[in-house]
Amino acid sequence: MQFTRRTKKVALGSNPELYGHCLQLYGQPPLESVSLVQFETFAVERLKLLKSVENLGVSYVKMSDDYQKKLSTELCSLNFPHRTSVEDKNQTGSTEYEKRRKDHISHFILRLAYCQTEDLRRWFIQQEMDLFRYRFSILSAKYKTEFLHRNNLKYDTISIEEKKTLKDELINSSYGISGATIAEQEFYRVPFQDALDLVRLRKVFLQVGYAYIPHQDIVTIVLNDFRTRLSKALALTARSLPAVQSDERLQPLLNHLSHAYVGQDYSFQKNIGKVSLEQIDPLSTTSFPLCMRQLHKALREQHHLRHGGRMQYGLFLKGVGLTLEQALQFWRAEFVKGKVDSEKFDKAYAYSIRHMFGKEGKRTDYTPYSCMKVILSNPPSQGDYHGCPFRHSDPELLKQKLQSYKISPGGLVQILDLVKGMHYQLACQKYFELTHSVEDAGFSLNHPNQYFTESQKLLGGGKEVKKEVEPPQRGQEIAGSNAQSAPTQSPKVQALDKMGDLESFFLDE
Amino acid sequence: MPTSDYDPACLPDLLPLYYRRLFPFSQYYRWLTYGGVSKSYFQNREFSFTLKDDIYVRYQSFSTQNELEKEIQKMNPYKIDIGAVYSHRPSQHNTVKSGAFQALEKELVFDIDMTDYDDVRSCCSAADICSKCWTLMTIAIRILDRALREDFGFQHLLWVYSGRRGVHCWVCDEAARKLSVTARSAVAEYLSLVKGGEETVRKVVLSDPIHPFISQSLGVVENYFNKYAIVDQELLASKESVDRVLSLLPEDVRKELLVHYQNEKNPVNRWGILTDLVNQKREMSSKKGGYFEKEIMLQYCYPRLDVNVSKGVNHLLKSPFSIHPKTGRVSVPIDVRNVDKFNPFEVPTISLLCEELDKSRADEEEDGIKNNETQSAERRKIRDYKRTSLAKYIKLFDQFLDAMAHTRKGEILKKSDLQKEF
Repeated sequence: MQFTRRTKKVALGSNPELYGHCLQLYGQPPLESVSLVQFETFAVERLKLLKSVENLGVSYVKMSDDYQKKLSTELCSLNFPHRTSVEDKNQTGSTEYEKRRKDHISHFILRLAYCQTEDLRRWFIQQEMDLFRYRFSILSAKYKTEFLHRNNLKYDTISIEEKKTLKDELINSSYGISGATIAEQEFYRVPFQDALDLVRLRKVFLQVGYAYIPHQDIVTIVLNDFRTRLSKALALTARSLPAVQSDERLQPLLNHLSHAYVGQDYSFQKNIGKVSLEQIDPLSTTSFPLCMRQLHKALREQHHLRHGGRMQYGLFLKGVGLTLEQALQFWRAEFVKGKVDSEKFDKAYAYSIRHMFGKEGKRTDYTPYSCMKVILSNPPSQGDYHGCPFRHSDPELLKQKLQSYKISPGGLVQILDLVKGMHYQLACQKYFELTHSVEDAGFSLNHPNQYFTESQKLLGGGKEVKKEVEPPQRGQEIAGSNAQSAPTQSPKVQALDKMGDLESFFLDE
Repeated sequence: MPTSDYDPACLPDLLPLYYRRLFPFSQYYRWLTYGGVSKSYFQNREFSFTLKDDIYVRYQSFSTQNELEKEIQKMNPYKIDIGAVYSHRPSQHNTVKSGAFQALEKELVFDIDMTDYDDVRSCCSAADICSKCWTLMTIAIRILDRALREDFGFQHLLWVYSGRRGVHCWVCDEAARKLSVTARSAVAEYLSLVKGGEETVRKVVLSDPIHPFISQSLGVVENYFNKYAIVDQELLASKESVDRVLSLLPEDVRKELLVHYQNEKNPVNRWGILTDLVNQKREMSSKKGGYFEKEIMLQYCYPRLDVNVSKGVNHLLKSPFSIHPKTGRVSVPIDVRNVDKFNPFEVPTISLLCEELDKSRADEEEDGIKNNETQSAERRKIRDYKRTSLAKYIKLFDQFLDAMAHTRKGEILKKSDLQKEF
């Protein structure tokens, strides 16, 4: 990578060809020299931007009006390119050219920091894609076409005759296309593998392995291209990483950058052995988030949970502080009340519990699921009780449940409104505030275990925790409980070993 | 015939015979080598065995057909599962650096299990099935088979009876085997319509416009719905089942229907009233959507996929021709062209097959003098299965393999033609 051949000279002069369009596919790495200070500023600001992209994606429906408005503000305030014309100058004085240069260079710096593990790559690609989607979609038609030309992106279009024969199918498979508008739209025919986001949502017509994409959705194919290129590039970058890491000026900086995104992972070591099995029943009503309360109730009633539930609840309990022995005892005691006898439990279920604690198989010490994971991955199906109750329940059932948990009618309306607006974490936070009788929770909820910790703090259940003698680390862990403030305070404490195995973690499910 | 008398206790006695004389090793090997494009394709494939007392042995792999045969005949597994093709031989997975051992390819698989339909069938529950609810599997096969072929363009689909209460589908096209995890999950989600767990009542929600895939699937369901759901499952006969159907409808329709239903007890007519009313409301309303009768049909009949099985490249799935230890039935291929005729209770059990084998051996000994003693064991084995009721299923498997070989040949020709052009 070019960063290794750094000189102290600062290359002058601009490169209009490279930055001729406000959006780029980052095909060419920057060849100019950058000062260390600028290197760091660029990187940190892009990281801030990507973190905002991630946060906005959780709090708002992606690409909704609010999402776009907030993201636009972020781009402006962090001085990233946001307009189509090069001449624009904004209040802070950076020219559009400078912004485009910064966009370019900062992207490549973060590639270095985020190519190291599968987990980091996944995060980086996701945020860069969301950012790209937004930036591409706000381009006017003219600039979109120019972008395609400039980057030599050509896709097969279908003939007018074909369009006529497939008219009904095309209209019924794409939103916002009618008999009147179909004639004006170009349709692209690509292998379905190149339009997975549309396939997944059934927003495109499929025939014999090909997806027929209206021009209005072309962003999907472009994004797919972007993802493929970025993912390849990251793999290549990872290979040349040893050379970069030997540079003692860059290595600490890059490490610091890549640790910044992880946030609190609520791994269990710090709480271990703090909870007795008898406490779980009362805790489940006072301090468990709704998702875990639901799972606990289902487990007590059915004496069984299916795989998804065991994973979500089991890892949560591990985060709460159950030891492996306690966990085995807990699950066995409940399962043998149902259809499973002790012998079958040992054969069929004990393995997976030891597995959760990293005692079997790949020996990965799994971390509890975050809200994002609970909301986005593995939705519950028949017989399942896991997932996020705010996301995965019928509003009517949710309403009844909340009523039975003595939520006031006023609070109920607020929660249901948030659910309607798809702000599931905010709804959960509102539930927290109402059940703990506080005006403002004072944290932004993104993890079920965070809910538990915060609840214990408020209810004074943390007393036992405080008694323990284990001084130096504790302070940092508590300070780190707010994901936002974590990165600068404890870059090293956040366990590096948690990242490497994330892929196997997903595969193992 | 004393066929259904399978006793799980006899399994250890029957398995050696089954694996020695009946299991179609040569076809099996032919399948998993895929024309021998790459030598390691078979060698890096994971097999896993379930032995007596649920002992589970993962990461088995074999260099040759002979090695696979010998090992299976030695271990006599109660159940065989097939996993992914890995970057290294699975049997040596501990010797490579962790992280380097990765699942590269696998057939795209689907697993449909009757237990996932428990909230919508009244005839049986859990592991039980009957000819009534088996219709659900027939519908599932028809819908998915059509979509995988016509929408996704796959050609080589092997449908297999799981041996107990469900069906599996192995999509074996090269493109399918190479799909990424993301692509697999996208395909599985495209094909999933019934969503939500115990906390969701209305599990199918349709919005305008109705995607061609859904219309096509509805077309399949419509062929079966009246006979299966209204008549066989008595969807609108008892008060409880009526209540459950009506809970999927909006308040006003529900109330109106309850009035109608007081005078009309015939389930078929009741369904007629329901659809008429919903259609009428839809036409009157200016709002789009409101396809409630379609949603009900889908919620009760649409295939319920175990998405997690399809997603993972490294997920294991019970192998065709493996025995189901609980029922003794063989996992046999299903003929999709005659899927309506498939009856899970006619699938041979291992005890029946062994009996047939004994019988044919007895016949053989009678005219044994004519037998040429130099006959190879291989030929004798072919004759063995041909004398049992397994024969027609192995024939189906052969046809499936021939079709794949045909496609491969076509592609090789195309490639060499292209090369000549340059």
